[in-house]
Amino acid sequence: MSRQATTSQTVGPFFSIGMTRMKRDDLVSAGASGERVTISGQVFDGDGKPVSDAILEIWQANTYGKYAHPADQQDKPVEASFSGYGRIPTDDEGKFRFTTIKPGQVPDLEGKLQAPHIVVSVFARGLLRRLVTRIYFPDEPTNAADFVLNLVEPSRRETLIAKMIAGVNGALKWDVILQGSSETVFFDCGL
Amino acid sequence: MAKIAPYRRPNPDTQPPYLHPAYVSTIKRAPAKSLIYLPHTLSEVTGPSFTGAAIDVKACDLTRQHSGNPLGERIIVSGRVMDEEGRPLRHSLIEVWQANAAGRYLHKRDQHNAPLDPNFTGCGHTLTDAEGRYRFVTIRPGAYPWGNHHNAWRPAHIHFSLFGAAFASRLVTQMYFPGDPLLPFDPVFNSTADENARNRLISLFDWENTIPSQALGFKFDIVLSGREATPMET
Repeated sequence: MSRQATTSQTVGPFFSIGMTRMKRDDLVSAGASGERVTISGQVFDGDGKPVSDAILEIWQANTYGKYAHPADQQDKPVEASFSGYGRIPTDDEGKFRFTTIKPGQVPDLEGKLQAPHIVVSVFARGLLRRLVTRIYFPDEPTNAADFVLNLVEPSRRETLIAKMIAGVNGALKWDVILQGSSETVFFDCGL
Repeated sequence: MAKIAPYRRPNPDTQPPYLHPAYVSTIKRAPAKSLIYLPHTLSEVTGPSFTGAAIDVKACDLTRQHSGNPLGERIIVSGRVMDEEGRPLRHSLIEVWQANAAGRYLHKRDQHNAPLDPNFTGCGHTLTDAEGRYRFVTIRPGAYPWGNHHNAWRPAHIHFSLFGAAFASRLVTQMYFPGDPLLPFDPVFNSTADENARNRLISLFDWENTIPSQALGFKFDIVLSGREATPMET
Protein backbone atom coordinates (compact mmCIF):
# COMPACT_ATOMS: atom_id res chain seq x y z
CA MET A 1 0.00 0.00 0.00
CA SER A 2 1.37 3.37 -0.89
CA ARG A 3 1.94 6.07 1.67
CA GLN A 4 0.09 9.36 1.96
CA ALA A 5 1.92 12.66 1.69
CA THR A 6 2.61 14.21 5.08
CA THR A 7 -0.03 16.65 6.30
CA SER A 8 0.70 20.34 5.78
CA GLN A 9 0.75 22.73 8.75
CA THR A 10 0.96 26.51 8.87
CA VAL A 11 4.31 28.30 8.81
CA GLY A 12 2.95 30.26 11.79
CA PRO A 13 3.90 33.84 12.67
CA PHE A 14 7.58 33.20 13.38
CA PHE A 15 8.76 31.60 10.12
CA SER A 16 11.35 34.31 9.56
CA ILE A 17 13.59 32.54 12.08
CA GLY A 18 13.92 29.60 9.74
CA MET A 19 13.17 31.07 6.31
CA THR A 20 15.06 34.38 6.20
CA ARG A 21 18.46 32.85 5.56
CA MET A 22 17.26 31.75 2.13
CA LYS A 23 15.56 35.04 1.27
CA ARG A 24 16.01 35.69 -2.48
CA ASP A 25 14.47 38.90 -3.74
CA ASP A 26 17.01 39.65 -6.46
CA LEU A 27 17.18 36.85 -9.01
CA VAL A 28 19.32 38.79 -11.46
CA SER A 29 22.28 39.77 -9.28
CA ALA A 30 24.41 36.94 -10.69
CA GLY A 31 24.05 38.44 -14.16
CA ALA A 32 21.20 36.65 -15.92
CA SER A 33 20.31 37.71 -19.45
CA GLY A 34 16.88 38.90 -20.44
CA GLU A 35 14.39 41.65 -19.70
CA ARG A 36 14.61 42.81 -16.09
CA VAL A 37 11.39 43.38 -14.20
CA THR A 38 10.73 44.50 -10.65
CA ILE A 39 7.45 43.22 -9.30
CA SER A 40 6.03 44.77 -6.15
CA GLY A 41 2.75 44.45 -4.37
CA GLN A 42 0.95 43.86 -1.15
CA VAL A 43 -0.82 40.94 0.49
CA PHE A 44 -4.30 41.62 1.92
CA ASP A 45 -6.69 39.57 4.04
CA GLY A 46 -10.47 39.35 3.77
CA ASP A 47 -10.89 42.66 5.63
CA GLY A 48 -8.49 44.42 3.29
CA LYS A 49 -5.85 44.56 6.01
CA PRO A 50 -2.23 44.09 4.97
CA VAL A 51 -0.74 40.72 5.87
CA SER A 52 2.63 41.42 7.46
CA ASP A 53 3.46 37.79 8.17
CA ALA A 54 3.29 36.22 4.72
CA ILE A 55 6.10 34.93 2.54
CA LEU A 56 6.04 34.32 -1.20
CA GLU A 57 8.12 31.80 -3.06
CA ILE A 58 8.48 32.06 -6.81
CA TRP A 59 9.72 29.68 -9.49
CA GLN A 60 10.22 30.50 -13.12
CA ALA A 61 12.03 29.71 -16.35
CA ASN A 62 14.89 31.83 -17.67
CA THR A 63 14.60 34.26 -20.57
CA TYR A 64 14.77 31.37 -23.04
CA GLY A 65 11.88 29.51 -21.42
CA LYS A 66 14.10 26.88 -19.82
CA TYR A 67 13.85 25.69 -16.21
CA ALA A 68 17.05 24.95 -14.30
CA HIS A 69 15.84 21.44 -13.52
CA PRO A 70 16.56 17.98 -14.97
CA ALA A 71 12.87 17.40 -15.79
CA ASP A 72 13.10 20.19 -18.36
CA GLN A 73 14.36 18.31 -21.44
CA GLN A 74 13.88 21.19 -23.88
CA ASP A 75 16.78 22.01 -26.15
CA LYS A 76 17.20 25.55 -24.81
CA PRO A 77 20.10 27.21 -22.97
CA VAL A 78 20.43 26.91 -19.18
CA GLU A 79 22.10 29.85 -17.47
CA ALA A 80 24.20 29.03 -14.42
CA SER A 81 23.64 32.61 -13.29
CA PHE A 82 19.86 32.20 -13.06
CA SER A 83 18.32 29.73 -10.61
CA GLY A 84 14.70 30.77 -11.15
CA TYR A 85 13.89 30.60 -7.44
CA GLY A 86 12.93 33.48 -5.18
CA ARG A 87 11.68 33.83 -1.61
CA ILE A 88 10.24 37.16 -0.55
CA PRO A 89 8.69 37.94 2.85
CA THR A 90 6.16 40.75 3.29
CA ASP A 91 7.15 43.71 5.45
CA ASP A 92 5.24 45.38 8.29
CA GLU A 93 2.84 46.89 5.73
CA GLY A 94 2.29 43.60 3.92
CA LYS A 95 4.44 44.78 1.02
CA PHE A 96 6.86 42.71 -1.01
CA ARG A 97 9.17 43.42 -3.94
CA PHE A 98 11.50 41.36 -6.09
CA THR A 99 13.61 41.77 -9.20
CA THR A 100 13.82 39.08 -11.83
CA ILE A 101 13.83 38.36 -15.55
CA LYS A 102 10.67 38.11 -17.59
CA PRO A 103 10.60 34.38 -18.30
CA GLY A 104 10.42 32.92 -21.77
CA GLN A 105 7.59 30.64 -22.82
CA VAL A 106 7.41 27.01 -21.71
CA PRO A 107 5.18 24.30 -23.17
CA ASP A 108 1.77 23.31 -21.84
CA LEU A 109 0.42 19.76 -21.79
CA GLU A 110 -0.29 19.76 -25.51
CA GLY A 111 3.10 21.14 -26.45
CA LYS A 112 1.73 24.59 -27.20
CA LEU A 113 3.60 27.41 -25.53
CA GLN A 114 2.17 28.92 -22.35
CA ALA A 115 2.29 32.68 -21.93
CA PRO A 116 5.27 33.88 -19.83
CA HIS A 117 4.47 33.31 -16.17
CA ILE A 118 5.93 32.90 -12.71
CA VAL A 119 4.50 30.28 -10.37
CA VAL A 120 3.95 31.45 -6.80
CA SER A 121 3.44 29.82 -3.40
CA VAL A 122 2.00 31.96 -0.61
CA PHE A 123 2.65 30.96 2.99
CA ALA A 124 1.38 32.83 6.05
CA ARG A 125 0.10 32.54 9.57
CA GLY A 126 -3.48 31.38 9.13
CA LEU A 127 -2.73 29.39 5.99
CA LEU A 128 -2.72 25.74 7.03
CA ARG A 129 -1.35 24.92 3.59
CA ARG A 130 0.21 27.08 0.92
CA LEU A 131 -1.78 28.91 -1.70
CA VAL A 132 -0.62 28.49 -5.30
CA THR A 133 -1.06 31.19 -7.90
CA ARG A 134 0.67 32.61 -10.99
CA ILE A 135 1.93 35.97 -12.18
CA TYR A 136 1.41 36.79 -15.86
CA PHE A 137 2.65 39.87 -17.71
CA PRO A 138 0.69 42.85 -19.07
CA ASP A 139 0.52 43.66 -22.78
CA GLU A 140 1.50 40.11 -23.58
CA PRO A 141 -0.29 38.88 -26.71
CA THR A 142 0.24 35.22 -25.78
CA ASN A 143 -1.97 35.62 -22.68
CA ALA A 144 -5.13 35.27 -24.79
CA ALA A 145 -4.40 31.66 -25.76
CA ASP A 146 -2.74 30.59 -22.50
CA PHE A 147 -4.12 27.25 -21.36
CA VAL A 148 -4.06 28.09 -17.65
CA LEU A 149 -5.53 31.60 -17.98
CA ASN A 150 -8.33 30.01 -19.97
CA LEU A 151 -9.18 27.76 -17.03
CA VAL A 152 -10.19 30.97 -15.21
CA GLU A 153 -13.43 32.85 -15.78
CA PRO A 154 -12.62 36.05 -17.71
CA SER A 155 -13.70 38.41 -14.93
CA ARG A 156 -11.09 36.95 -12.56
CA ARG A 157 -8.15 36.61 -14.95
CA GLU A 158 -6.88 40.10 -14.23
CA THR A 159 -5.96 39.03 -10.68
CA LEU A 160 -3.20 36.93 -12.27
CA ILE A 161 -1.82 39.64 -14.56
CA ALA A 162 0.63 42.17 -13.17
CA LYS A 163 0.00 45.82 -14.03
CA MET A 164 2.51 48.27 -15.41
CA ILE A 165 3.46 51.12 -13.10
CA ALA A 166 3.17 54.21 -15.28
CA GLY A 167 6.41 56.01 -15.92
CA VAL A 168 8.70 53.39 -14.41
CA ASN A 169 10.36 51.15 -16.95
CA GLY A 170 10.25 47.46 -16.02
CA ALA A 171 8.19 48.07 -12.87
CA LEU A 172 5.11 45.93 -12.34
CA LYS A 173 2.51 45.79 -9.59
CA TRP A 174 0.78 42.62 -8.52
CA ASP A 175 -1.21 42.22 -5.28
CA VAL A 176 -2.35 39.09 -3.49
CA ILE A 177 -5.88 39.31 -2.09
CA LEU A 178 -6.45 36.25 0.06
CA GLN A 179 -10.21 36.60 0.35
CA GLY A 180 -13.10 38.72 -0.87
CA SER A 181 -14.83 39.98 -4.00
CA SER A 182 -11.55 40.74 -5.80
CA GLU A 183 -9.86 37.63 -4.43
CA THR A 184 -6.77 36.46 -6.31
CA VAL A 185 -7.25 33.27 -8.30
CA PHE A 186 -5.66 30.37 -6.47
CA PHE A 187 -5.03 26.97 -7.99
CA ASP A 188 -5.42 23.45 -6.70
CA CYS A 189 -1.92 22.16 -7.41
CA GLY A 190 -2.20 19.11 -5.13
CA LEU A 191 -0.33 19.85 -1.93
CA MET B 1 7.37 16.39 -27.10
CA ALA B 2 8.61 14.78 -23.95
CA LYS B 3 6.03 13.20 -21.71
CA ILE B 4 5.23 14.81 -18.36
CA ALA B 5 4.26 12.64 -15.41
CA PRO B 6 2.23 14.79 -12.99
CA TYR B 7 2.65 14.64 -9.22
CA ARG B 8 0.14 12.77 -7.10
CA ARG B 9 -2.78 14.60 -5.55
CA PRO B 10 -3.34 13.99 -1.85
CA ASN B 11 -6.43 12.33 -0.43
CA PRO B 12 -8.33 15.47 0.71
CA ASP B 13 -9.00 14.16 4.23
CA THR B 14 -5.27 13.84 4.85
CA GLN B 15 -4.64 17.57 4.36
CA PRO B 16 -6.09 20.53 6.26
CA PRO B 17 -8.77 22.76 4.73
CA TYR B 18 -7.98 26.43 4.21
CA LEU B 19 -10.90 27.48 6.39
CA HIS B 20 -10.80 25.92 9.86
CA PRO B 21 -12.64 28.39 12.13
CA ALA B 22 -11.24 26.86 15.33
CA TYR B 23 -7.91 28.25 14.13
CA VAL B 24 -9.09 31.85 14.14
CA SER B 25 -6.43 33.23 11.79
CA THR B 26 -7.89 31.15 8.94
CA ILE B 27 -11.21 33.04 9.02
CA LYS B 28 -9.97 36.14 7.19
CA ARG B 29 -7.16 34.47 5.27
CA ALA B 30 -8.78 31.39 3.70
CA PRO B 31 -9.89 31.94 0.10
CA ALA B 32 -13.67 32.16 -0.16
CA LYS B 33 -13.80 31.11 -3.80
CA SER B 34 -13.10 27.61 -5.08
CA LEU B 35 -9.58 26.78 -6.10
CA ILE B 36 -9.14 26.09 -9.80
CA TYR B 37 -7.75 22.67 -10.64
CA LEU B 38 -4.33 23.11 -12.21
CA PRO B 39 -2.98 20.23 -14.31
CA HIS B 40 0.76 19.93 -13.73
CA THR B 41 2.81 21.44 -16.56
CA LEU B 42 6.55 21.78 -16.86
CA SER B 43 6.26 24.76 -14.48
CA GLU B 44 4.94 22.57 -11.65
CA VAL B 45 7.04 19.40 -12.19
CA THR B 46 10.27 21.39 -11.99
CA GLY B 47 11.52 23.27 -8.95
CA PRO B 48 14.55 24.70 -7.20
CA SER B 49 17.46 22.68 -5.91
CA PHE B 50 19.87 23.75 -3.22
CA THR B 51 23.38 22.43 -3.00
CA GLY B 52 26.93 23.59 -2.46
CA ALA B 53 27.27 27.16 -1.28
CA ALA B 54 23.64 27.37 -0.17
CA ILE B 55 24.27 24.78 2.54
CA ASP B 56 26.13 25.21 5.84
CA VAL B 57 27.09 21.71 6.95
CA LYS B 58 27.13 22.82 10.62
CA ALA B 59 23.53 24.06 10.48
CA CYS B 60 22.14 20.62 11.33
CA ASP B 61 23.24 21.11 14.96
CA LEU B 62 21.13 23.82 16.60
CA THR B 63 22.99 23.40 19.90
CA ARG B 64 26.35 24.58 18.50
CA GLN B 65 25.51 28.00 17.10
CA HIS B 66 26.73 30.05 20.06
CA SER B 67 29.57 30.08 22.56
CA GLY B 68 27.66 28.20 25.25
CA ASN B 69 25.24 25.32 25.48
CA PRO B 70 21.55 26.11 25.18
CA LEU B 71 19.32 25.26 28.11
CA GLY B 72 16.90 22.38 27.87
CA GLU B 73 16.72 18.76 26.92
CA ARG B 74 19.09 17.89 24.06
CA ILE B 75 17.42 15.71 21.40
CA ILE B 76 18.26 14.03 18.10
CA VAL B 77 15.52 14.37 15.47
CA SER B 78 16.07 12.13 12.49
CA GLY B 79 14.16 10.29 9.82
CA ARG B 80 13.72 9.67 6.13
CA VAL B 81 12.17 11.80 3.43
CA MET B 82 10.49 9.74 0.72
CA ASP B 83 7.65 9.81 -1.77
CA GLU B 84 4.44 7.78 -1.52
CA GLU B 85 6.17 4.74 -3.01
CA GLY B 86 8.94 4.92 -0.45
CA ARG B 87 11.50 6.19 -2.94
CA PRO B 88 14.03 8.38 -1.10
CA LEU B 89 14.24 12.12 -1.74
CA ARG B 90 17.99 12.52 -2.11
CA HIS B 91 20.06 15.63 -1.42
CA SER B 92 16.91 17.61 -0.71
CA LEU B 93 16.82 20.71 1.48
CA ILE B 94 15.11 20.62 4.88
CA GLU B 95 14.77 23.80 6.95
CA VAL B 96 13.62 23.77 10.58
CA TRP B 97 12.72 26.44 13.13
CA GLN B 98 11.39 26.27 16.66
CA ALA B 99 10.93 27.86 20.07
CA ASN B 100 13.54 27.41 22.79
CA ALA B 101 13.14 25.12 25.79
CA ALA B 102 11.08 27.77 27.58
CA GLY B 103 8.63 28.08 24.69
CA ARG B 104 9.96 31.40 23.40
CA TYR B 105 10.85 32.22 19.80
CA LEU B 106 13.71 34.56 18.96
CA HIS B 107 11.29 36.86 17.11
CA LYS B 108 10.27 40.46 17.65
CA ARG B 109 6.58 39.58 17.57
CA ASP B 110 6.79 36.83 20.19
CA GLN B 111 5.45 38.51 23.34
CA HIS B 112 5.48 35.43 25.59
CA ASN B 113 7.14 36.36 28.87
CA ALA B 114 9.34 33.26 28.93
CA PRO B 115 13.09 33.93 28.72
CA LEU B 116 15.14 34.00 25.55
CA ASP B 117 18.21 31.78 25.55
CA PRO B 118 21.37 33.60 24.40
CA ASN B 119 22.73 30.26 23.24
CA PHE B 120 19.78 29.22 21.12
CA THR B 121 18.56 30.76 17.86
CA GLY B 122 16.21 27.96 16.89
CA CYS B 123 16.88 27.57 13.19
CA GLY B 124 18.71 24.94 11.18
CA HIS B 125 18.90 23.28 7.81
CA THR B 126 20.39 20.23 6.17
CA LEU B 127 20.30 18.14 3.02
CA THR B 128 19.01 14.60 3.00
CA ASP B 129 21.67 12.00 2.20
CA ALA B 130 21.72 9.50 -0.68
CA GLU B 131 19.09 7.38 1.13
CA GLY B 132 16.84 10.35 1.93
CA ARG B 133 17.90 10.41 5.59
CA TYR B 134 18.38 13.52 7.69
CA ARG B 135 19.46 14.24 11.25
CA PHE B 136 19.23 17.33 13.46
CA VAL B 137 20.62 17.91 16.95
CA THR B 138 18.50 20.39 18.86
CA ILE B 139 16.70 21.20 22.10
CA ARG B 140 13.22 19.95 22.87
CA PRO B 141 11.05 23.04 22.37
CA GLY B 142 8.66 24.19 25.07
CA ALA B 143 4.91 24.59 24.75
CA TYR B 144 3.75 28.21 24.61
CA PRO B 145 0.56 30.23 24.97
CA TRP B 146 -1.05 31.97 22.01
CA GLY B 147 -4.02 34.24 21.52
CA ASN B 148 -6.29 31.95 19.53
CA HIS B 149 -8.79 31.45 22.39
CA HIS B 150 -8.88 31.55 26.17
CA ASN B 151 -5.99 29.59 27.70
CA ALA B 152 -4.76 28.44 24.30
CA TRP B 153 -1.38 26.65 24.25
CA ARG B 154 0.48 25.27 21.30
CA PRO B 155 1.85 21.77 21.86
CA ALA B 156 5.63 21.55 21.53
CA HIS B 157 6.54 21.41 17.85
CA ILE B 158 9.30 21.93 15.31
CA HIS B 159 8.51 23.55 11.96
CA PHE B 160 9.79 21.67 8.90
CA SER B 161 10.09 23.11 5.38
CA LEU B 162 10.82 20.75 2.47
CA PHE B 163 11.12 21.19 -1.27
CA GLY B 164 11.47 17.72 -2.76
CA ALA B 165 12.14 17.61 -6.48
CA ALA B 166 9.48 19.97 -7.80
CA PHE B 167 7.24 22.95 -7.16
CA ALA B 168 4.37 20.45 -6.83
CA SER B 169 6.01 18.63 -3.90
CA ARG B 170 6.66 21.70 -1.71
CA LEU B 171 5.61 21.10 1.90
CA VAL B 172 5.75 23.00 5.17
CA THR B 173 4.63 21.09 8.23
CA GLN B 174 5.13 20.74 11.99
CA MET B 175 6.52 17.81 13.96
CA TYR B 176 4.99 17.08 17.36
CA PHE B 177 6.11 14.95 20.31
CA PRO B 178 4.57 11.68 21.51
CA GLY B 179 2.33 11.86 24.56
CA ASP B 180 1.88 15.63 24.49
CA PRO B 181 -1.29 16.34 26.52
CA LEU B 182 -1.95 19.52 24.52
CA LEU B 183 -2.44 17.75 21.18
CA PRO B 184 -6.18 17.02 21.60
CA PHE B 185 -6.80 20.74 22.21
CA ASP B 186 -4.72 22.23 19.41
CA PRO B 187 -6.74 23.59 16.45
CA VAL B 188 -3.73 23.56 14.13
CA PHE B 189 -2.96 19.89 14.75
CA ASN B 190 -6.65 18.97 14.67
CA SER B 191 -7.44 20.85 11.45
CA THR B 192 -6.95 17.69 9.41
CA ALA B 193 -9.89 15.26 9.33
CA ASP B 194 -7.98 11.99 8.95
CA GLU B 195 -6.77 10.78 12.36
CA ASN B 196 -4.01 8.61 10.91
CA ALA B 197 -2.71 11.55 8.89
CA ARG B 198 -2.68 13.72 12.01
CA ASN B 199 -0.88 11.08 14.00
CA ARG B 200 1.87 10.83 11.41
CA LEU B 201 2.84 14.36 12.47
CA ILE B 202 3.78 12.98 15.89
CA SER B 203 7.38 11.83 16.09
CA LEU B 204 8.23 8.47 17.64
CA PHE B 205 10.53 8.05 20.57
CA ASP B 206 13.66 6.52 19.06
CA TRP B 207 15.91 4.32 21.24
CA GLU B 208 18.08 3.47 18.26
CA ASN B 209 19.22 7.06 17.82
CA THR B 210 19.30 7.91 21.52
CA ILE B 211 22.90 8.61 22.55
CA PRO B 212 23.80 7.35 26.03
CA SER B 213 24.45 10.18 28.50
CA GLN B 214 23.88 12.70 25.70
CA ALA B 215 20.53 13.02 23.93
CA LEU B 216 17.14 11.36 23.43
CA GLY B 217 16.19 10.37 19.90
CA PHE B 218 12.94 11.15 18.06
CA LYS B 219 12.08 9.74 14.66
CA PHE B 220 10.06 11.70 12.11
CA ASP B 221 9.64 10.36 8.59
CA ILE B 222 8.23 12.69 5.96
CA VAL B 223 6.40 11.77 2.76
CA LEU B 224 6.30 14.21 -0.16
CA SER B 225 4.19 13.93 -3.29
CA GLY B 226 5.90 11.83 -5.90
CA ARG B 227 5.32 11.53 -9.62
CA GLU B 228 2.61 9.35 -11.05
CA ALA B 229 3.95 6.28 -12.82
CA THR B 230 2.05 6.98 -16.03
CA PRO B 231 3.32 9.94 -18.01
CA MET B 232 0.84 12.13 -19.80
CA GLU B 233 1.48 12.99 -23.42
CA THR B 234 2.53 16.61 -23.82
